[in-house]
Amino acid sequence: MKLLVCISKTPDTTTKITLSGDKRALDTNGVQYIMNPYDEWYALVRALEITEKSGGTVTVINVGLADNDAIIRKGLAIGANDAVRVDIAPQSALNVAKQIAEHAKTGGYDIIFLGKETIDYNGSEVGGMVAELLDLPFVSYASKLELDGNTATISRDIEGGVEVVEVATPFVVSAAKGLAEQRIPNMRGIMTSKSKPITVLPPAPFDDLAVTVAYELPKEKSAVKMVDPNDMDELVRLLHEEAKVI
Amino acid sequence: MVLIFAEHQKGQFKKAAFEAVTYGYKTAQAMGSSCAALVLGNATNAAELGKYGASKVYHINDAALENFDSQVYAAVIGAAVEQTGAKVLVLPHTSTGKSLLGRLAARLNAASVAGVNALPSVDGGFRVKRPVFSGKAIAEYELKSDVKVLSLMGNALKPEATGQDAPVETLSLSIPAGRVKVKSVERAEGTVPLPEAELVVSAGRGMKGPENWGIVEELASVIGATTACSRPVADADWRPHHEHVGQTGIAIRPNLYIAIGISGAIQHLAGVNSSKTIVVINKDKDAPFFKAADYGVEGDLFEVVPRLTEAFRKFKEH
Repeated sequence: MKLLVCISKTPDTTTKITLSGDKRALDTNGVQYIMNPYDEWYALVRALEITEKSGGTVTVINVGLADNDAIIRKGLAIGANDAVRVDIAPQSALNVAKQIAEHAKTGGYDIIFLGKETIDYNGSEVGGMVAELLDLPFVSYASKLELDGNTATISRDIEGGVEVVEVATPFVVSAAKGLAEQRIPNMRGIMTSKSKPITVLPPAPFDDLAVTVAYELPKEKSAVKMVDPNDMDELVRLLHEEAKVI
Repeated sequence: MVLIFAEHQKGQFKKAAFEAVTYGYKTAQAMGSSCAALVLGNATNAAELGKYGASKVYHINDAALENFDSQVYAAVIGAAVEQTGAKVLVLPHTSTGKSLLGRLAARLNAASVAGVNALPSVDGGFRVKRPVFSGKAIAEYELKSDVKVLSLMGNALKPEATGQDAPVETLSLSIPAGRVKVKSVERAEGTVPLPEAELVVSAGRGMKGPENWGIVEELASVIGATTACSRPVADADWRPHHEHVGQTGIAIRPNLYIAIGISGAIQHLAGVNSSKTIVVINKDKDAPFFKAADYGVEGDLFEVVPRLTEAFRKFKEH
């Protein structure tokens, strides 16, 4: 199996968000960046498990500038065989997807993995875009994936339940919690990652269609949502499905 | 035209569908345009989408659309956008809608924004906002393509049923064969994991006395939370001081903070307002805490709390 894992760089969960003077960008001063956890903990680790069991290679791909190399090295330290970085700072998800698809269309990958969303923008768009650009099936929110030959059986999270689907390679899959267990890179992994190759590719030309024009900070908390005191099932439902804290 | 993908489950429209149609209707009004809804698969009451503002409903019912395959759905929705000449496509920000958003943006070479929670501004360019960084900031985007694709966050606006049933038509388009086979749809068991969740159940003077804390402890034990209290309660020795949260007590930032019978003095808020989600239960509708809450329950805590415990228990059991 030849597997591709798309990894993204995001600010750490605890980052305090401040804006640049013109409010057109985030103030990145002091922001701690990490590999997007859904990409790292679930997508990458599941891909590694597959190649460890059945052979093959795992390539990680990132769309970004040279300062992303630290998280790419982490992907290599966790176990990826090699890496590709497309050298552009994209403004939109579609640009990211175009760059990935441009590489993947000739890469001969059996499965393209990525996290279900990034923890900063939560857009969940890139997987579907890559799949569409490559005319591949796309299975989103995978919490379980078993391979039997070229056929994958995948459980995907849907509202209030799980759907089990079957799909043949090649396909694109987005990873949710449960797909794998986080791995901490060990010393050997960290050492060997230094000699693994990162291929830097020039970007394919693309004009961003959706651009961020401004950021603002929330002025105050949005209005409280009142729940009928006789309907605590509704409160539990809201905490479960909307606030996602239960 | 603004086209809405109206999602349904076994023929029943989801609330997200009515929200999306309402959103589409209002967007179309701002653009001086009209709004139509698109229904895929077997749904009985497609015409009712007219009540929420769709002037027309396109219904494509085909066995190939019975199960969800993003590739098939995107091909059909994309063709519908092209045939109807729609300029804005609105999807619900659900597992289905999110799986389609990227595909359709790529297919239509369209600007897209996921999870919008407010109507766009359409004067001098199409701009729309959405929360980013877990709500710590709001980003505004300009969408520069001819066709735009949006997914609408749930509960971003209230569905408004003001009109009447709309005429239902079909579209003639080809439906490709799917490559994803649905084997089963099951109810999830314990899909939302609790281990990372830091949960706090806190109570205040509204409890009337320490002898009444049983219902608080029961609620906490059912959801695996830690108990806490407000300053007056600790000062009165109703509860131990180490439970006191607030400016002069402990500052906390759990995922869920349930405040029972606490009015919400600013000193208390200072210690808890970083909580991800705040639920306030209070019989006084003017309690300041409601302003800082995500969810409020106005009612007698001696009735509401056992009911909530029961609801959680029921939730846990299934």
